[in-house]
Amino acid sequence: MTRFILRRLLIAIPTVILISVFVFLLQKLLPGDPVLALAGEERDPETLAFLREKYRLNDPLPMQYLYWAQAALQGDLGISLRTRQPVLELIGEKLPVTLQLAVMSLTVAVAIGAPMGVLAAVKKGTFWDWIANAVALSGLSIPNFWLGIMLILLVSVNLGWLPASGYRPLSEDFWQSIRTMLMPAFVLGTGLAAALMRHTRSAMLGVLRMDYVRTARAKGLSERRVILRHALRNALGPVVTVSALLFGELLAGAVLTEQIFTIPGFGKAIVDAVFNRDYAVVQGVVLVTALAFIAMNLLADVAQALLNPRLRDAP
Amino acid sequence: MPRTITAIALLFAACAAGTVAAAQELRIGLQDDADILDPDQSRTFVGRIVYAGLCDKLVDIDPDLTIVPMLATGWEFSDGGTTLTMQLRDGVTFHDGTPFDAAAVVANIDRSKNLPESRRKSELASIESAEATGPLEVTMKLGAPDATLLSQFADRAGMMLSPTATEAMGLDFGLAPVCSGPFKFVERVQQDRIVLEKFPEYWNADAIHLERVVYLPIPDTTVRFANLRAGDLDMLERLAATDLAAAKADPDLTVESAVSLGYQGVTMNVGNGPRADNPLGRSALVRQALSLSIDRGALNQVVFEGAFAPGNQPFPPGSAWYDERFPVPTRDVAQAKALLAEAGHPDGVDIELQTTNNPVQLQVAQVLQAMAAETGIRLNIVSKEFATQLKDQTAGDFEASSIGWSGRTDPDGNIHQFQTCGGGINDSRICIPEVDELLNAARVGEDFAARKAAYDDARDILVKEGSIMYLYHPTWIWALDDAVTGFVPYPDGMIRLEGVRKAG
Amino acid sequence: MSAALERETTRAGPSGAASARGGASSDATPDAAARPARRRSRVWAKLRASPTALVGGVLVAAFALIALAAPLTGLDPAATDWGAIRKPPSAAHPLGADELGRDVLARMVWGARASLLAGVVSVAMAVAVGAPLGMLAGWARGWTDAAISRATEALLACPFLILAIAFAAFLGPSLTNAMIAIGLSAAPVFIRIARAETMRVAAEDYVESARAAGVGQAAILWRTVAPNIAPPLLVQATLTVATAIIAEASLSFLGLGQQPPAPSWGSMLNVAKGFLEQAPWMALWPGAAIFAVVLGFNMLGDGLRDALDPRQN
Repeated sequence: MTRFILRRLLIAIPTVILISVFVFLLQKLLPGDPVLALAGEERDPETLAFLREKYRLNDPLPMQYLYWAQAALQGDLGISLRTRQPVLELIGEKLPVTLQLAVMSLTVAVAIGAPMGVLAAVKKGTFWDWIANAVALSGLSIPNFWLGIMLILLVSVNLGWLPASGYRPLSEDFWQSIRTMLMPAFVLGTGLAAALMRHTRSAMLGVLRMDYVRTARAKGLSERRVILRHALRNALGPVVTVSALLFGELLAGAVLTEQIFTIPGFGKAIVDAVFNRDYAVVQGVVLVTALAFIAMNLLADVAQALLNPRLRDAP
Repeated sequence: MPRTITAIALLFAACAAGTVAAAQELRIGLQDDADILDPDQSRTFVGRIVYAGLCDKLVDIDPDLTIVPMLATGWEFSDGGTTLTMQLRDGVTFHDGTPFDAAAVVANIDRSKNLPESRRKSELASIESAEATGPLEVTMKLGAPDATLLSQFADRAGMMLSPTATEAMGLDFGLAPVCSGPFKFVERVQQDRIVLEKFPEYWNADAIHLERVVYLPIPDTTVRFANLRAGDLDMLERLAATDLAAAKADPDLTVESAVSLGYQGVTMNVGNGPRADNPLGRSALVRQALSLSIDRGALNQVVFEGAFAPGNQPFPPGSAWYDERFPVPTRDVAQAKALLAEAGHPDGVDIELQTTNNPVQLQVAQVLQAMAAETGIRLNIVSKEFATQLKDQTAGDFEASSIGWSGRTDPDGNIHQFQTCGGGINDSRICIPEVDELLNAARVGEDFAARKAAYDDARDILVKEGSIMYLYHPTWIWALDDAVTGFVPYPDGMIRLEGVRKAG
Repeated sequence: MSAALERETTRAGPSGAASARGGASSDATPDAAARPARRRSRVWAKLRASPTALVGGVLVAAFALIALAAPLTGLDPAATDWGAIRKPPSAAHPLGADELGRDVLARMVWGARASLLAGVVSVAMAVAVGAPLGMLAGWARGWTDAAISRATEALLACPFLILAIAFAAFLGPSLTNAMIAIGLSAAPVFIRIARAETMRVAAEDYVESARAAGVGQAAILWRTVAPNIAPPLLVQATLTVATAIIAEASLSFLGLGQQPPAPSWGSMLNVAKGFLEQAPWMALWPGAAIFAVVLGFNMLGDGLRDALDPRQN
């Protein structure tokens, strides 16, 4: 098992390097540069030239990448050219926000998706199965940003129940924090719930066909007990695996949702930084997101390998 | 199941009760996130709004744009306008306890002029030297008379930063700014909030009735307005014009407004690289035709429900600098067609119009497109991200570009750098030596009538040759919870906190 | 191995359940593959019998018809009417009017073209880029495979929308560029599936025998491998069209897609969010349409997968 994990970690190294090169190149291709984007309407050519020189934006691209990589290896991800805040500090500020959103969304997803999946599997082929499938399909098909603005219209503007934005950190104001995250978590969570429901359903169906479930039933155990004690417990493995993967996804998937609900997390930081050409911020935040994604994938793979030893030797 | 529903209902109830914002804390919704909070390095408009609470300036303006004392209590030009002597307020300290005196002013002017990263250099270019001629007296030598200097001191160039802090923090001053304004810096979370708290030793502390101010960047106008109505904000800046009616109808809100000093217009490429070689860039007649084909009043009605001010000059109608001889033109399609034909384009012309890719500016561009089409000017809209638009505009990679200017107190700031040969942001690269002479003369004169005459004469030329088609002047609209009183709207769009109270 | 569970899990990605039910049909039997004709008719029969596929197909067909017929309707999506600005639904404007007094129905109908075009073209592009690379990786193995796989993983680890935003910002806002951006961003999924499937097929007896018979590599890849890896790619493609439509709408929502005055559902939503209260219909219809057509593609994809999945036989 250790060898399996080590192998996976080793493979991840070139991937991470590739990501950093790739993100670097991609943003260098964008028209304009941070100095100009920052100058806005006050574009004094001399100051622009000075700043370009100072931030070495005139150097050859490979050199610029090496400057960044060299510093990054020493734990310095540079500063935001817009505010001079160190990128690492910025990430430290944004990560808890997006993590909170991810955890809350995943809670919503599990709370909706898992019971629906169980229901659909147990009542396979019935009206309930059909309904659960229909809900899942709809959940997959609603555009996040549309659901988001419709919720703002209904819940915030018309009913006035929840604020459309105004995030506060959990530690500062617990209720306000939860309150502002409810809608975004719901928007993200329902999308994931659909995926989770389908995974749960198929995992449950697989387990329900197993001998020990049949045995349990034959022993005359109540159906409720069979499903909750035996079937669900065994179906949980794949579901947890999927949840880990979904979590990695969530860090990335929050982009538009954070934009719509004005949540100061990763997604908003990246989009704003792309539009402001704040290179170091884009680079740093995407890198961390990608690392999280890879870590979650790795975790999921390890979980699967634990559940299914045959996979350990697979490439 | 019913139990679950009860639980959810309870949760909602608990949430709805939520937080009651602390009294004496003013929460202000901003349209954007500010950039670095260093007046010498920053450039964003919302940054200036934050400075209004954080950093005092040498002088200020009143709502009629007259220069009034702030940290300088008096000033005098001598030697034919080449020497400026300022008397400073006694007993002022910076937030870190450093006393404010003549030496501090000299240090600030030095930083604004000589910090390589400073964006204030051009604003203070006329100052050759500054010297403390007394504990509370500063004397500046100017290279030439400068009518705009005081108005520069009424903005970022005149903001006084603690010399102790600039010395210690250097370029990172903006991470924890120390000034001498009514509020001091507490914390900032990017894209989330900037928090200030009352500075008890403020020289004018009697006028300050708030304990804390929180600035919250909320770019989406709908969300910002919803937050105000839900009580999560106490006031917001730049209410969407289309929300004005709803805000006015709400008994719990008050609305304040002021026509801004800035403008929105279309900058046309007349000499910036090969792309200037297009019908619009080549022929002043085509530019006039385009202007005549636009119904500025209708544009204002359609996009802004009539809340903005249609315009045709760098200064809004009603400004003392506005040239009454050229009122906002009425639309004249027949005349526009005649001009096009005279220019040799009886079948119309195709022009690319670049614009910023936000919904409001796209709407403006589409209205222009529909109006111009009736004259035979076919505008092809290309929307760009702001950064791309700026790059293309600077590089001359455009035919016409819809872009705005936030405006300056002194008229010079709205025209000189756009219309003089080699002006810093003259992206159309228009160059008319006569205009240069007039605008340079207006810059050094102190006499209002003489300056006004110079601008009017420049207008005579620019109205024919004009490379900027002025369209409208935005109106700043603030919406406030009716618990907030004492707010005074200013044409510069700032939120000055003196006298502002919050009931409850 | 997380190939089966990759990014198709969120709403932003194609239907996650694709993999859960074994979308990559990893244990197709050789004889099923060897007799494509018989299989095709069986698949067709199953597809017709599946209510999911049927409803999905009808939805997709209906929107395709609307998109194709747009020029015949005589509706003008760009005709402005200053007198009808943000007027609610009426006889003249059955779905209401927008911020420039244009007919929302007309813009919906013409917007269908942008959405469907974006969905189909970008996926076609993703398959065209992804499938050959994946086949190459799966067939050549070794360093080629390692290089392609690492690059694919790197791309997959970057948030899809961020990639698309960056590409679209680089290329400049336009529908075509949005399609290119989405196509490039969606390609990695197809690389992975094509690679995995090619590796599976390459181990089959009939490929071995073709090789033994001296058939050239290119010919084997084209004649034998390609048809056998096509079904899972087709399923994924159908599901990715759904994602691509949402991606186009998202880019247009951020102002990076369709250019005015031409309509797209996403750009309509971008404008509509400023008038949620005054003109909710401006936001309602485009969103509902995106939902319906994406649902259609998701259902069609589900149906296809079930029909093509030999394990269900």
